[in-house]
Amino acid sequence: MKKTFAMENLDCANCAAKMEAAIGKIDGVTACSVNFFAQKLMLEADDAIFAEVLKKAIAAVHKVDGDCDVIVK
Amino acid sequence: MTRKQKRVLHRAIAAASLLVAAAVVCSDALALIPDGTLGLLIRLALFLIPYGIIGYDILYRAGRGVIHGQMLDENFLMAVATVGALCLGEYAEAVFVMLFYQIGELFQSIAVGKSRRSIAALMDIRPEVAHVLRDGAICDVDPGEVAVDEILVIHPGERIPLDGEVCEGESYLDTAALTGESVPRHVRVGDAVISGCVNTQAVLQVRATRAYEDSTVARVLELVENSAARKSRSEAFITRFARVYTPAVVAGALLLAVVPSLVTGQWAVWIERALTFLVVSCPCALVISVPLSFFGGIGGASRHGILFKGSGYLELLSTCDTVVFDKTGTLTKGTFRVTALLPDGDTTSEELLLLCAQAEQFSDHPIARSIVAHYGAAPDATRMSNVCEVAGEGVTACCDGTTIAVGNLRLMARCGVQAALPDGADIAPGATVVYAAQGTRYLGAIVISDEIKADAAEAIAALKRSGVRRIALLTGDRAEAAGAVAAALDIDEVISECLPEDKVQHLERLIDECHRRRGARLAFVGDGINDAPVLTRADVGVAMGALGTDAAIEAADVVLMDDKPTGLALAMQLSRRTRRIVIQNVVFALGVKLAVLALGALGYASLWAAVFADVGVAVIAICNAMRNLR
Repeated sequence: MKKTFAMENLDCANCAAKMEAAIGKIDGVTACSVNFFAQKLMLEADDAIFAEVLKKAIAAVHKVDGDCDVIVK
Repeated sequence: MTRKQKRVLHRAIAAASLLVAAAVVCSDALALIPDGTLGLLIRLALFLIPYGIIGYDILYRAGRGVIHGQMLDENFLMAVATVGALCLGEYAEAVFVMLFYQIGELFQSIAVGKSRRSIAALMDIRPEVAHVLRDGAICDVDPGEVAVDEILVIHPGERIPLDGEVCEGESYLDTAALTGESVPRHVRVGDAVISGCVNTQAVLQVRATRAYEDSTVARVLELVENSAARKSRSEAFITRFARVYTPAVVAGALLLAVVPSLVTGQWAVWIERALTFLVVSCPCALVISVPLSFFGGIGGASRHGILFKGSGYLELLSTCDTVVFDKTGTLTKGTFRVTALLPDGDTTSEELLLLCAQAEQFSDHPIARSIVAHYGAAPDATRMSNVCEVAGEGVTACCDGTTIAVGNLRLMARCGVQAALPDGADIAPGATVVYAAQGTRYLGAIVISDEIKADAAEAIAALKRSGVRRIALLTGDRAEAAGAVAAALDIDEVISECLPEDKVQHLERLIDECHRRRGARLAFVGDGINDAPVLTRADVGVAMGALGTDAAIEAADVVLMDDKPTGLALAMQLSRRTRRIVIQNVVFALGVKLAVLALGALGYASLWAAVFADVGVAVIAICNAMRNLR
C-alpha cells in the first residue's frame, strides 16, 4: 500500500532529507519520500504492517525535528 | 507572512534594537560600565537579553537534538558557534550572528513558501465539488464519490471534475491548465471532455466515463506530486554530499581549534576561527537549491502542458543529443486529407469533388471519409443508386443515370478509362491518388495525404538549434511516405517499414550509437498508441497528445498533454535551463562556502562572513531557483 500524508512545519530541506533517510531504514518500508516543497510524506509498505510502519515513520520524523508533524486522517 | 514568520520578525526587530542599545551603553567612549569583573558581567548580561530573545528556540532545539542524538543539526551548530563566541568575549558578534541567522532563515522560509504557493497555484486543477444529477435533483458531492455513468452538471466557470462525454449542451472549454493551449476547445453532444478543463460558456451535462481516481486530473496531480520520488542524479548527489560535508567541516573545526593552538598556544584565536567553520558547515543552501530548481522546473513545465514523471527525466532530457520520432500521429496528424484536386480537360474542381463525394458517401474507408469531409456538406443520397464497393479498387455507383467510378488505376482500366495525371503534377511520394470517371469520360484525380502537423518543421528546427545532433524517423509506414515526411521536415535519418518488434531493435542500435558519445542520451517521441515498448526502452520516452490516453501516460517518462511537436522543443529548453540553474547554484553555494572556509582558517573571515555563507547563499540560491517557475 502506498499512501501520501500532508506534513506540517517541515522547515528545513536538510531535515527532510534526513527524515527520508531515517524512514527508509525502517523495516518493512518498500519506498518513501519526504517532499520538502510539497510538504508531503509518501510511504509505501506492506498492507499488513502499514499502521505499525507509519507509527515508526512518524517517530522518526519527530526525532529529526520535534516541531514537524505528519497529519494522519 | 504566516504567524510564525511574523513572530520571528518581531523578535528580530526587538533583538536588533536591544543589541544596538547594548552596544551603545557598553561603548568605550561613554565609559558607563566600570572595568573589572563586575563590568564584564554587566556587559554579558546586557548582550544576553537580545541573545535570549532571538536565540532561545535555537538553543532549545539544539538541546532537544542532542538528546535525540542529532548532534550535527543546524540548531546545534549555531548554538555551539554563538555560545563559543560568548565565551570568547565576542558578545556583540555572538548576538549578531544569531540575529542574522534567524533573519536569513526567515527570508528562506518566505521564499520557499512563495514558490510553494506559486507551484500549488499551477496545479490548481483539483475540482472541489461535483454537481451530480440524482433522482432529478442536483446534489453536490465530492468528486471521488461520483460513479461512472452518473450525469454531472457543469456551470460556466466551473472545472469539469471527472472525465466524461457531453450528453447535453454546447460550450467552449478552457484547457489551458492542462495543455497550456490558450485557444478554447469547442465541445458539443457526444464529445469526450477531460477533467480539469474549465467550462467557459454554457451549462453542460456530462456523463462520467471514468471514476475520479482514473480521471485525467487525478492522474496528472499524482504524477506531479510523486515526481519528487524519482530523483535526479544531481539531487541524489547533493543529498549524499551534504551527509559527508557537515561532519567533515565539523571535524575540520575541531582540528583547527586544537592542533594549531597546541603549537602556538593562542587558543582564543584558533577557537574563534574554528567557530566560523561551524557556522559554514550547515548544508542547507546546497540541499535546498538543487531540488527547488527541479521542483520549479517541473511546476513551470506543467503550466505549459508538459509533465515530467520525475526530476531525473528533467535532467536527462537536457543531455539528449539524439531524438527519434514516430511518424503517424506524432509528426503527422494521423488523419487523411485531400491535398490536391487535379481535374482533367474541361471538368472543374467543384464538379470532380462533388461527383467523388456523391459516390464515396456510403463508404467507411478513411480515404472515402476524407473526400466527403473535404466536400464539406452532406452529399445528396437520393441521386444515387447501385452503389458497389470493389475491394482493393474503389467504388462504382449510378448518379442521375450515369455511372461514376472512383478508385485506383486498376478500377479505371476495368472501366475502360484512360486515366493520366496532368504533366508536372507534383505528387508527394507518400500520397494516395484517387481517380474518377463518369461513364468512360476521365474526370481527374484527387490527391490524399496524411498531413504533416503545422508546427512539426518548426519543432525540428528548434531541436537542431538547441543542440540535438541527430534526428531520426522510426515508422512502420512505407518507405516513400516516410521519406516524403523526412524530406519535408529536414530529418537526417529514416527507418521505415518496421514491425513493432523491429522498432525496439532499431532503437537499441540508435541508443548504442548515441551512448558512445560521453553523457549523451536518446529521447523517443511517440503518440503512445502502439509504441509503448519503444517508449519504455528509450532513455527518455516522450508521449504526445496524451489527453485521456492511459497507455501513453503509463509508458512514458515525459508526457506532452498537447499533440504539438513544438512541446518537445519547449520541454528540452526548460530542461536545459533547469540544468544551468542547478549548476549555477551548486557552484555558487559550494564556491562561497569553500572560500569562506579557506579565509576563515587563515583568519580573514569573521563570523559575519560565515553567516552570510550559510543563510545569505541559501536565499540567493533560492531566488535563482525560483526563476525556473516562469
